[in-house]
Amino acid sequence: MTATTASPQKPEVAAIEQTHRSRNQWQDAWRRLIRNKAAVAGMIVIGLFVLVALFASSLAPQNPLELHDGKGFLPPAWVEKAANGKSGESEFVLGTDTIGRDLLSRLIYGARVSMFVALVPVIVILLIGSAIGLIAGYLGGRVDNTLMRVTDIFYAFPDLLFFIILMVTLKDTKLGQAFNGLLLLFLALAMVSWVGVARLVRGSVLSLKQREFVEAARAMGATDTRIMLKHIYPNVLSPLVVWVAFAIPGLIVFEATLGYLGLGLRPATDPNSFFITSWGVLMLEGKGAMTAQPWILLAPALCVGLIVLSFTFLGDGLRDALDPRAR
Amino acid sequence: MITYLIRRLFWLIPVLFIITLVTFLLMHAAPGGPWDRDPDRRQVDPATQEMLNREFGLNKPMWRQYVAYVIGDFDSDTGQFVCGAVCGNLGPSYRQRGRTVQEILFKAPEGKPFWHSAFGYSIRLGLLALSLAVFIGIPAGILSALRQNSWIDYSSAFITTFGISVPSFVIGIYLIIIFAVTLHLIPVIPRNWSDPRSWAIPGLVLGFGTMAFTARLMRGSMVEVMRQDYIRTARAKGLQEQVIIRRHMIKNALIPVVTILGPALAALVTGSFIIETMFGFPGIGREYVQAISNRDYSMILGTTLLYGVLIALANLSVDIIYSILDPRIRL
Repeated sequence: MTATTASPQKPEVAAIEQTHRSRNQWQDAWRRLIRNKAAVAGMIVIGLFVLVALFASSLAPQNPLELHDGKGFLPPAWVEKAANGKSGESEFVLGTDTIGRDLLSRLIYGARVSMFVALVPVIVILLIGSAIGLIAGYLGGRVDNTLMRVTDIFYAFPDLLFFIILMVTLKDTKLGQAFNGLLLLFLALAMVSWVGVARLVRGSVLSLKQREFVEAARAMGATDTRIMLKHIYPNVLSPLVVWVAFAIPGLIVFEATLGYLGLGLRPATDPNSFFITSWGVLMLEGKGAMTAQPWILLAPALCVGLIVLSFTFLGDGLRDALDPRAR
Repeated sequence: MITYLIRRLFWLIPVLFIITLVTFLLMHAAPGGPWDRDPDRRQVDPATQEMLNREFGLNKPMWRQYVAYVIGDFDSDTGQFVCGAVCGNLGPSYRQRGRTVQEILFKAPEGKPFWHSAFGYSIRLGLLALSLAVFIGIPAGILSALRQNSWIDYSSAFITTFGISVPSFVIGIYLIIIFAVTLHLIPVIPRNWSDPRSWAIPGLVLGFGTMAFTARLMRGSMVEVMRQDYIRTARAKGLQEQVIIRRHMIKNALIPVVTILGPALAALVTGSFIIETMFGFPGIGREYVQAISNRDYSMILGTTLLYGVLIALANLSVDIIYSILDPRIRL
């Protein structure tokens, strides 16, 4: 009897709950993000560069290491007659470098290094930084003090100088030569950058652990590990996402800077090598031929500028989308 | 305040200690000694190596070399105490024979004032970049705050986003290609640094990021100030708009901007090595990069230490200036 009287209302209630539940915090943020034109444009450019990096070997029109005899110094294909008297050829869309290697293919392979530099260290940094920040913030006391003193020292150490010294001194060791020097670069980036994440996470945890829901979880008998991972950490994620969007262009720039100083990736000679060249290395090569062939320098510089701007737009968009009050 | 300052200065000691220790250990971990670096050149024969090792103190145990570098050691021949880095003695350069690191960094050529030393050159370039940042960035920020959502505001927003995110050496590449390679307005690599025109592009490139940051900060600060009640009061008193802008808005909005200028100068002086290398500018940054490619270890160590001190002092100055300008911040 009671079931029949209640039945007309029940589906309605369920439907309301359904629509309410279907939009969580992240879906809301996503809606706000895709309304931001600059952020969407940034995402599209980043997506394109990721695809280029993944499929570099099938996209590159030429072998990036092949020396084309007598075809050095070629300007881009659309240039009829460059300052050096040569004209562009359609095979080499962006022209060739001093010793006749196709610039576009080298640029495409360079995207691969930049994308890897963007992703691999970020994952390591997030893991180390989050773990240390969580533990320091949650346990507090002496653990917190010790960890924060350590981060203070890392913080005061000038990043770029540390990289440079590390790269200079360890360049000729086994570690420095693994993956064309990228392993060392990844390690160096991770060693310096985890501090920022640890501070960010610790700061959030300090305020989050005073909140009622943590107290409620503890009252229900949740273990410390469970509280940290299931209750506190998900709330730290949104500042971390914004941090990642701004950290990635920083890492790409570091790679390019080190490459430009001749300290980053070692240019490969083996065509089967996964990492062949990077934008920083290309800029270094282009610097030597700046007056005769400015396009060699300009092309990687434009790529770096484009990808860095895209990430900045995405980061701005994410920050606004994830924390609408902060606008 | 004073106790805080002293505590912070004491905190500098372990930081600098660790910077030198890490650098020192890494250099010794590097394979090979300083004399067999270059396989293309004639190798130094063992007897000479022995002599050089004695001369540079490399035959001593490692801890003693480190102590000798930082604090000092007794000369093995004369028995006199030779003071180390704490007295400003950064040791002899391994590559530029007969010169010490501090001479390379701080000593001007014969008969020239201090400003012609490597450090002096870097400071002058940093000051130029800073003044460009101030005299372009601040007015740009004020204008875009006063004319919000106008074309001035939008183009300034675009340029500042560009300047903050794109690294300076990439901007330098764009400017060189535009002004030197395409328009031939300036030489690609300036040779004559007594000609003020040579300084324009390196200064602009170096200062671009700071300029963009200053403009954005100034705009934000102005917008904040314009909403304050005392601006409404000033308008209600019937003050001229010019006076309100000059005396009430800009004066207050400048406070947060002023605080970044000191550290910005340190960042410009230290962050310039890639720009100096790019333009062949005779400052400490170029010496540093050259020392890296020559593997002149004592030079690398000395310059790193100098950079470390400058950066640490800059960080300290930020905190102090903040606390002076904003009494709400407790140290």
